Amino acid sequence: MGRLIYYSSASGNTARFIEKLGLPAQRIPISPEAEMPVPEGPFVLVTPSYADGLGRGAVAKQVIRFLNDPERRGLLRGVIASGNRNFGSLYACAGGLVATKCNVPVLYRFELAGTETDIDRVRAGLAKFWGTECSTCTQMEQLTPA
Amino acid sequence: MNHMTLKTPLRAINWNRLQDEKDLEVWNRLTVNFWLPEKVPLSNDVQSWATLTPAERELTIRVFTGLTLLDTIQNTVGAPALMGDARTPHEEAVLSNVAFMEAVHARSYSSIFSTLCSTPEVDAAFRWSEENQHLQAKARLILHEYNAGADPLKRKIASVFLESFLFYSGFYLPMYWSSRAKLTNTADLIRLIIRDEAVHGYYIGYKFQRGLEVLPESERAKLKDFAFALLFDLYEVEAKYTAELYDGIGLTEDVKNFLHYNANKALQNLGYEALFPPQACEVNPAILAALSPDSENHDFFSGSGSSYVIGKAVATEDDDWNF
Repeated sequence: MGRLIYYSSASGNTARFIEKLGLPAQRIPISPEAEMPVPEGPFVLVTPSYADGLGRGAVAKQVIRFLNDPERRGLLRGVIASGNRNFGSLYACAGGLVATKCNVPVLYRFELAGTETDIDRVRAGLAKFWGTECSTCTQMEQLTPA
Repeated sequence: MNHMTLKTPLRAINWNRLQDEKDLEVWNRLTVNFWLPEKVPLSNDVQSWATLTPAERELTIRVFTGLTLLDTIQNTVGAPALMGDARTPHEEAVLSNVAFMEAVHARSYSSIFSTLCSTPEVDAAFRWSEENQHLQAKARLILHEYNAGADPLKRKIASVFLESFLFYSGFYLPMYWSSRAKLTNTADLIRLIIRDEAVHGYYIGYKFQRGLEVLPESERAKLKDFAFALLFDLYEVEAKYTAELYDGIGLTEDVKNFLHYNANKALQNLGYEALFPPQACEVNPAILAALSPDSENHDFFSGSGSSYVIGKAVATEDDDWNF
């Protein structure tokens, strides 16, 4: 089963979501000087959205820096994005941006630090997702000539 | 410049020396998001307004005068009071933007009135807002915490509840009309207000958490008790206010779910856990869709039998991401 890698700014909403989720997770640091986490294998990214009214700046700079490394990016399998519906059509828009750019699915969206319902859905969803991912890997291996 | 005395040098604000990066981040968000009601073609709602019944029109004007009162308080008392508590000069500058935008919001409702309504209707609603005991009670509960002698962190709690909770009994109605294809331009304007209030609640809640983290555990516990007690008091008033406004149109229970949902979000802005259980927060999907239109639902995890398309990652450049 893969892991989670997440970013949370100083407001701590995403960090609280990850804490409630209780699954293994590595944090992308807030400080540009700090070391980036090293993914141990395929992972799902959990990221907040920070877009202004025009949709600019939605993905945090540290998330971009993290994904700009081809090895790390190559292990990204999906994205879970948070935001606030009050931002209208730009709700959780970082998810769509990362998904398009890295060609992975947006798995889920939640508001602020998430609700109990969000936690349940993400736990169940991730378990199923990593199951699918593993069977896909196996099929791929079987299809690929040695 | 709240901490300055005659004996210390007067300090000019230097935006190139930040104590808290969040100040610049939020300043940039708020300034890019700046807007004025003149940008919204409210007159396109004149025909739609005529399709509302007299009772629906009266309800709408009353709801908007109630919102105007809260914006007036936040513009003239709330944000200026928070400026006095600011921990950085940049926070003070951000709050001056918050104060001004609240004035823009209050002014916007009058633009809606002058475009859609008759003067006697509007005057009657403003009289109603002064006489409505529930509206007056919730405004007074907040003003009490804004008092000069009050605790700066309690002021922030009250302010987050105003920004992220108290507005929503009012915001419900234009979202409801919009979901029925009525007053859609007015709804566009209200969405701009909702977006601003979200940033305000987030920022004030963030500053609350920074203030809280340096306090001993006993003080933190007292403030949490205070926050939940104030929310209960406000909710009690808000439930009565909601019933008085929405019973006639049969929407009280629907509005209450929206209140619960927003109360939980206000608590999250303060860094606290939810109060209302998920089943009490099931907001009418039409209202959620009106809040964030054109925001497609990519909810893979809620669906059944979805198949995932696992693609191959492509190279990214800093420029691609609008750095």
